[in-house]
Amino acid sequence: MSTIEPIETMAEPWDDRSPAASRGPVQRAATPIVQSGSIAGRSLTAVVAIMTFLAALTTGAVLMIVGAAGNWQADVGREVTIQVRPVSGRDIEADVRAATAAAQVTAGIAEVRAYTKAESEALVEPWLGSGLTLGDLPIPRMIVAKLASAVAPDFAGLRRTLAAKVPSASLDDHRGWIDRMRAMAEAAVAAGVGILLLVIAVTVLSVTFATRGAMATNRPIIEVLHYVGATDGFVANQFQRHFLLLGFKGGAIGGGAAIVLFGTLGAANAWLAGTAGGDEFLALFGSSAMGIAGYLAILTQIVLMAVVTAVASRHTVNQTLQNID
Amino acid sequence: MIRFENVGLRYGLGPEILRDLSFRIEAKSFQFLTGPSGAGKTSLLRMLFLSLKPTRGLISMFDRDTATLSKDGRAALRRRIGIVFQDFRLLDHMTTYENVALPLRVLGMDEAGYRAEVVELLQWVGLGERTGALPPVLSGGEKQRAAIARAVIARPQLLLADEPTGNVDPNLGQRLLRLFIELNKSGTSVVIATHDIALMDEYDAPRLVLHEGRLHVYD
Repeated sequence: MSTIEPIETMAEPWDDRSPAASRGPVQRAATPIVQSGSIAGRSLTAVVAIMTFLAALTTGAVLMIVGAAGNWQADVGREVTIQVRPVSGRDIEADVRAATAAAQVTAGIAEVRAYTKAESEALVEPWLGSGLTLGDLPIPRMIVAKLASAVAPDFAGLRRTLAAKVPSASLDDHRGWIDRMRAMAEAAVAAGVGILLLVIAVTVLSVTFATRGAMATNRPIIEVLHYVGATDGFVANQFQRHFLLLGFKGGAIGGGAAIVLFGTLGAANAWLAGTAGGDEFLALFGSSAMGIAGYLAILTQIVLMAVVTAVASRHTVNQTLQNID
Repeated sequence: MIRFENVGLRYGLGPEILRDLSFRIEAKSFQFLTGPSGAGKTSLLRMLFLSLKPTRGLISMFDRDTATLSKDGRAALRRRIGIVFQDFRLLDHMTTYENVALPLRVLGMDEAGYRAEVVELLQWVGLGERTGALPPVLSGGEKQRAAIARAVIARPQLLLADEPTGNVDPNLGQRLLRLFIELNKSGTSVVIATHDIALMDEYDAPRLVLHEGRLHVYD
């Protein structure tokens, strides 16, 4: 039955080939087990970069809204006004002085400034026009009190004092404005945070699916590693490490671009501050400079993208290995 | 070394495609596994390679009941078995040398520790000049030899080959068979799945014949 030739007499079938062109050094740096630089890998990097950039932009925008809302409330809440109405039989100048004195000795009030008669008239001039004799009109006088930041102001005490000493004076602590401002700011922040959460969810999902897509081309590698005796942990680690780097690279590109953009806007803000155009811009859109919290949030997103990519790849490897077995 | 007792296999809820398989593969033995197309040769090879679990029966490998093995335990046993696929399964982005060295690399061995051994094996299978070549530029015969080298580099106790001569001409098929015989002489048990009668006639070895789901052994 056995007709195989003795080994010594057999000509090797590969003797007639001249493969000098393919001869090379035995080894250079070891090729990574998971192929780097594949089209699928580059596509995944692009997806991660774009989605991280969009998420970072959203984060920056939301943080700016939060900051602007806080500033609006703070600006309105940092001062109160006392209005002294002209009442027949009372000396309004004396009332203004008495109200100013009462405000100055109230705890939590740092600075008090009473508008003069001329200043008060100037306040109503835009509505009534110039050239009128306002002296005969009963124009109320304003006293603006700036609040100290460290001490809680005693508005109740000030109200009692004013009621006792200056019945024609009323204290406006801007509570109504602040409440409306707070409601508006909270609505803006809630909408921003909602959009941010949606953007992050979409980012995580799209990165997960892009990773699975990239992993599909790697199934032969997973199978071969499995068949040559690699443990599941070894196979998963190979891919996890590779995709962690891919995700980090994409995240760094997208997040880095966003950081550069916000940095440039911040610098432009500082450069334009004080100019007419810059002030108009600031009045319209608020400050586009982002604080350290914003940059930290973007860095966190970069890390999040890398982790999502790595976890998605590990999950896909484990699923593939389960299917093989 | 390997023992099958009343092993049966079915896919899903389908009919049992392998029934009551009972046989042994002894250490340092050589056998052909044959049968018509669709008889279940590849399924049996996959069970021998621990990549398919039987639906009934006992498979004992290297004195271990495979049903009780953990995942890592199965991977450890798989490292004692080499397999040559009909479609080679070489990684196209790695050189011939790297493909052959892969089983040692997954064991965590240092490249300096196995380089000489891999080069020697590549020369032995006639690929000494092709160490740096990528699989896409290798001929079918070269790919087959690279796949065989990868299967034996970690010195497995059992070598499984699925239609190893299916993609090569008869002359090269004979050379590959000689390679398997040489490996067997060096102490490796060999199971070659084939339906190439001419190839089996080349060498006097027991034949495990699958027919209608059952296995018949012809010494």
